[in-house]
Amino acid sequence: MEWETVIGLEVHVQLKTKSKIFSGAAVDFGQEPNTNACAIDLALPGTLPVLNKEAVSMAVQFGLAIDAEISRRSVFERKNYFYPDLPKGYQTTQLDEPIVGRADILLELEDGSQKGTEKMVRLHHAHLEEDAGKSLHEDFAGKSGIDLNRAGTALIEIVSEPDMRSAAEAVAFLKKIHSIVTYLGVSDGEMSQGSMRCDANVSVRPKGQEEYGTRAEIKNINSFRFVERAIGVEVERQIDLISDGGTVVQETRLYDSDKNETRPMRSKEVANDYRYFPCPDLLPVELDESYIQSLKDALPELPDAKKKRFCTDYGLSNYDASLLTQERPTADYFEAVESKCEDAKLAANWVIGELSAQLNKDDLKITDSPISPDTLGLLIVRVKDGTISGKQAKQLFELLWTEGGEVDQTIESKGLKQVSDSGAIGSFVDQVIAENPQQVENFRAAPEEKRKKMFGFFVGQVMKLSQGQANPAEVNKILKEKL
Amino acid sequence: MFNKTIREILDDLAKGEYSSREITGALLDRIKSLDAGLNSFITLTEDQALANAEAADSARSKGEAGLLCGVPIAHKDIFCTQGIRSSCGSKMLDNFISPYDAYLVKQMKDAGVVCLGKTNMDEFAMGSSNETSYYGPVKNPWDTGRVPGGSSGGSAAAVAARFVPGATATDTGGSIRQPASLCGVTGLKPTYGRVSRYGMIAFASSLDQAGPIARTAEDCALLLEAMAGFDPMDSTCIDRDVPNYSASLTDDISGLRIGLPKQYFNGQTNAQVGKLVDEALKELESAGAKLIEVDLPHAELAVPTYYVVAPAECSTNLSRYDGVRYGYRCEDPVDLEDLYCRSRSEAFGDEVKRRILVGTYVLSAGFYDAYYRQAQKIRRLIQEDFVSAFEKVDLVASPAALSTAFKFGEKSEDPVEMYQEDLYTIPANLAGLPAMSMPCGLIDGLPIGMQLVGKHFEEGRMLNAAHQYQLRTDWHQRAPAQYGGES
Repeated sequence: MEWETVIGLEVHVQLKTKSKIFSGAAVDFGQEPNTNACAIDLALPGTLPVLNKEAVSMAVQFGLAIDAEISRRSVFERKNYFYPDLPKGYQTTQLDEPIVGRADILLELEDGSQKGTEKMVRLHHAHLEEDAGKSLHEDFAGKSGIDLNRAGTALIEIVSEPDMRSAAEAVAFLKKIHSIVTYLGVSDGEMSQGSMRCDANVSVRPKGQEEYGTRAEIKNINSFRFVERAIGVEVERQIDLISDGGTVVQETRLYDSDKNETRPMRSKEVANDYRYFPCPDLLPVELDESYIQSLKDALPELPDAKKKRFCTDYGLSNYDASLLTQERPTADYFEAVESKCEDAKLAANWVIGELSAQLNKDDLKITDSPISPDTLGLLIVRVKDGTISGKQAKQLFELLWTEGGEVDQTIESKGLKQVSDSGAIGSFVDQVIAENPQQVENFRAAPEEKRKKMFGFFVGQVMKLSQGQANPAEVNKILKEKL
Repeated sequence: MFNKTIREILDDLAKGEYSSREITGALLDRIKSLDAGLNSFITLTEDQALANAEAADSARSKGEAGLLCGVPIAHKDIFCTQGIRSSCGSKMLDNFISPYDAYLVKQMKDAGVVCLGKTNMDEFAMGSSNETSYYGPVKNPWDTGRVPGGSSGGSAAAVAARFVPGATATDTGGSIRQPASLCGVTGLKPTYGRVSRYGMIAFASSLDQAGPIARTAEDCALLLEAMAGFDPMDSTCIDRDVPNYSASLTDDISGLRIGLPKQYFNGQTNAQVGKLVDEALKELESAGAKLIEVDLPHAELAVPTYYVVAPAECSTNLSRYDGVRYGYRCEDPVDLEDLYCRSRSEAFGDEVKRRILVGTYVLSAGFYDAYYRQAQKIRRLIQEDFVSAFEKVDLVASPAALSTAFKFGEKSEDPVEMYQEDLYTIPANLAGLPAMSMPCGLIDGLPIGMQLVGKHFEEGRMLNAAHQYQLRTDWHQRAPAQYGGES
């Protein structure tokens, strides 16, 4: 039996507004509990919501960035349920009239079996809503602690159609959303801090069947890796269940990353009737054309456009451009390096290669890199002008990374200069030839195909003699002449 | 002194006849000796009142007197007052000391009022008789065996008993106008959005509005000037200049067109009430007004529409009272569900529970379209009835209540019968229109009021008509037997 996976995603993105969506309290991660919860967030008697304008413009910017329909009129509704982290006993959200409508999102798949392919995923809509607070169950001896700092934070909920057919596609969709919201600066997209969370609706069906299978919802997955794994184990679970004659129950599940499995949520699974109705404390949001146009005019260059530009203006490959434009800070870093050294290919290689490897190793973001774009740019200039060899450049990079300092000073102080003087190299070559007469004879006698390998021996000898400082290009040239 | 109106008190204070401290002290003494018989106050803030009165006198002497400097008033216990219990008439908030002032409270403080305390009310503003308060019923000063009306029964009774010359109150379906009528005082519900709702404990968000109760239209105009105005913390509040209501009170009303809905003047009203309202209308006619018949075809749908919309909104507005962050919490809850169930069951009264259940029902899946959505559509029709009527007239008149004050327990057994009390007052809330009631007679020694409904933001015109009526009549000056007399 061949199975097909069907996935729909709901992505909650916290907006980087200074204050909350309906109150003036600050939005800030990691503060002491309940220090950022004002009277409105606490739902004190008599308090009322006031809509944060910036949240609206951020939502519209997102819609414009993905070329979605922007609703000229949208309405806030009350979604009613009781839980201690929801102070009002209802969440203010949008239902029938969300601020952002349909869109088509094109994904380019980078890894796995689908690498290099494209996939179109439809967006159902995106809407504004408020976040709930946090419930903490440990540390309270049989009770739960409620921290309302997060209650009222502005969110956009981005809802896809169930168009994805693999975990890889789901991750690609998520990465695309992440890329767009961080590019726009409307969110910091820190999944580990909860500023971006993903709910995955997963179901399976026999290949060829039109009807969808029953879906399970995996809630609040907070990393790309976990999304991939969670979907994987859930699909397996469902297939096993059905193959054994069971049926998939429509329920909410959580992904346990330690055990690498999904399990049903602890809370009682009573089908909730949320009794949605338009919130009478808020007016409908009405946007005019000039407002939308001004936001459109102010949009920054978006990932897709930047990638295209990197290909055409810098002559980079699609793959390299893709990697460099995934995150805006990386793209900005690259461009700064390129403008210093004026060599896009080398700049790309260094950023994608050495720099990324070091950043990963030390678990740093590119914005925290100890080597600035200017410094890296100069390093590349010194390779290009022959001051240092490629090998020496790598050493220099490591020194600058761990010890700091400037390019030229470090080259001087550590003696990393390349020897390019043909006279000096000439004498090294002469010496090697003189000391290895047998190999020279063998080389001159050998046919073309065998020469390449033998040539390497001589190069190695010259490099050894010069303590690695001979300019490899020059060595090759002079060796060829003399041999 | 206690018979003085706000206008008179301001004049007296300006002339130095007495100080705010003196009149405040006198009223506090009066309340302490007489309110046991009426139960119109939940909290008396004696020390603060005296201190504020002194501060007002001091400000006045420095020439810094605000609009209502030194005037003693009371706030309905639905308004959050900083540092003072704000109970909303409920066990649920008996322990709630508000950390902030409602916008209205702040504005009135800025105007210089001296708040003597918080008045009693139907629990969470749900009721038409002030029989549902956790703090016990309020008695009508005209006959203590009868209700004062509700939900602002405490404010109306306190003003009628001459405990305060004016009080703030709220009106969602008639809760200012009906008790004003039953207590023989003047009460006004402004246009929806005229007064900020921030800090006013919510019952039905799209219907609630705060307003003044006093003994004259002139006093209501003064109080309204202090209460009205834009508040950025209330998204439903309108940014619009507050007119000088006092200045237009004496405008000539010749040519003023007053509409008489045929649905209200069809002979089916209580005959005695009808007669008094007719006489009042004749007074207005003699002042130059024109009486014109109008048609409000959906009038009979107002009460059922209201009793779908208001409970729906209140069912969600009251969800925050869950025993978690403030207010009543049951003892030793076993788990979360127990905490919720017992806290709410133990602290809410029957009428509140009834409306929460009704509201939850009409919003629930499968019923939303038939009830809530349908009711909102009918609401639009009711509003359009008024739009049409106001093409022909400037004001719409009717009785303010079905009859005079009924006896305790007379209607509390049958909620639907109680709901009918709001027949005349509800339409103005549904349509967001300003409306007021003023005393227009006595039936067997009990007061009855007439209601005027105006166009959106035309409180001035309404007050003008009421004032002209009060210049020609003296119903508004009658006092209940034990509470009148010279100062």
